[in-house]
Amino acid sequence: MAINKVFSCPDDAVADIFDGATVMIGGFGSFGGLPVNLIVALANQGAKNLTIIANAGGVSFELTKRIKPEGYQDIGILFEKGQVKKFIGSMPALGGMPPTAPLERLYNEGKMLIEMVPQGTLAERIRSGAGGLGGFYTTVGVGTVVDAGKERKIINGKEYILELPLTADFALIKAHKADNLGNLVYRGTARCFNPVMAMAAKITIVEVDKLVEIGELDPEVIVTPHIFVSRIVEVPL
Amino acid sequence: MKTHLDEQTIALRAAKEFEDGSTVNLGYGMPALCANLIAEDRSIFFQSENGVLGYSGLATDGQKDFELINASDQPIMPASGMCFFDSAASFDMIRGGHIDTVVLGAYQVSETGDLANWGRPGRPATGMGGGMDLAVGARKVIVTMLHTTKDKKARIVKKCTYPLTARHCVSMIFTDIAVMKVTPRGILLKEVAPGWTAEEIQALTEPRLLITGDLKEIEL
Repeated sequence: MAINKVFSCPDDAVADIFDGATVMIGGFGSFGGLPVNLIVALANQGAKNLTIIANAGGVSFELTKRIKPEGYQDIGILFEKGQVKKFIGSMPALGGMPPTAPLERLYNEGKMLIEMVPQGTLAERIRSGAGGLGGFYTTVGVGTVVDAGKERKIINGKEYILELPLTADFALIKAHKADNLGNLVYRGTARCFNPVMAMAAKITIVEVDKLVEIGELDPEVIVTPHIFVSRIVEVPL
Repeated sequence: MKTHLDEQTIALRAAKEFEDGSTVNLGYGMPALCANLIAEDRSIFFQSENGVLGYSGLATDGQKDFELINASDQPIMPASGMCFFDSAASFDMIRGGHIDTVVLGAYQVSETGDLANWGRPGRPATGMGGGMDLAVGARKVIVTMLHTTKDKKARIVKKCTYPLTARHCVSMIFTDIAVMKVTPRGILLKEVAPGWTAEEIQALTEPRLLITGDLKEIEL
């Protein structure tokens, strides 16, 4: 009998995220693939001094109304509530938005750290961590602020820099459907960073639109195998 | 009467460069407009780094599915043959040289094709997103931008003063007043907007432009 991974609500699923934890959060920008209900649960739970690894740093609830009239919560709420000491990602703040997003404000006030990582390098550092690798060499970032302090190597006549793996204590991700084992399928461009992050954390918590019985998902189209998933919460649309 | 091309027209001119059957990634802002400016008899595969290949263009109002968006958070339209993938596979495509052309915005481009398009004074928390990966990995990098800043300072410069995205990567530049090609000898002025002379373009450009008898008015 397989262990029961299904949690009844987001609050229970994130209850043990501890102060100082490293948390990956899936998605891409300010919507589409963000585990919004898990993010709000983490904000309510209140864990502090978190290191957040995510592609984008999110905006405030007020700023989201520029994109969707009714507004919505994204990663910005964790910064707004002062729960984060460090952000690792490619888009901490958006140049197209006013400089009033919570992350940008805190950073400018010297209250938190940012590690800026090119987006593809971010995905690959997470994949390296997921697969137990020690990192990889890339040409991305050579000759820019990104190459500072990194090991260099000439491979086939080209200059590369060494990028190191990323792992996390928890990953909060979003999928379209899960079966009771934790096999996942995604929908549209909401896949993005979710599958790599699912593989790179000690405990992966997934929020899904629909939970189905074992055997209902076609094995040929499963994207994330259940071995990578620890907890499942269904939040119907 | 000097004409400044509007953003739609700059994007339309840039989109003329896409080869039929090629794969194209479009950056944030003006470049994203190219998706809706492709003639129906042409076949271009648009890739977006959040994980889609083969969408047909930006969605019109009322057709907004927020799980079908481009990397600029804009809803897009499906097309038959479209496929989805995760961020790691998306950047394998990008870094691995599988994308034919990327169109990016820019704050500055240098005469040797260095690109600065993500950081600017006063906004240290603004990130590079996928720009560095795209600038390094796409086979051809083209830039759409306004030729100068609002206070008429050159953005095509001898050396970038803004943080670099990548070195020696830009091959063509499309602005509101000119089309230019980056060559090993410097920046070649190829086309000018209606009403402009080569000398007037030069006056708004920091490096010395290469000008030949082939110079012509921008054709759309």
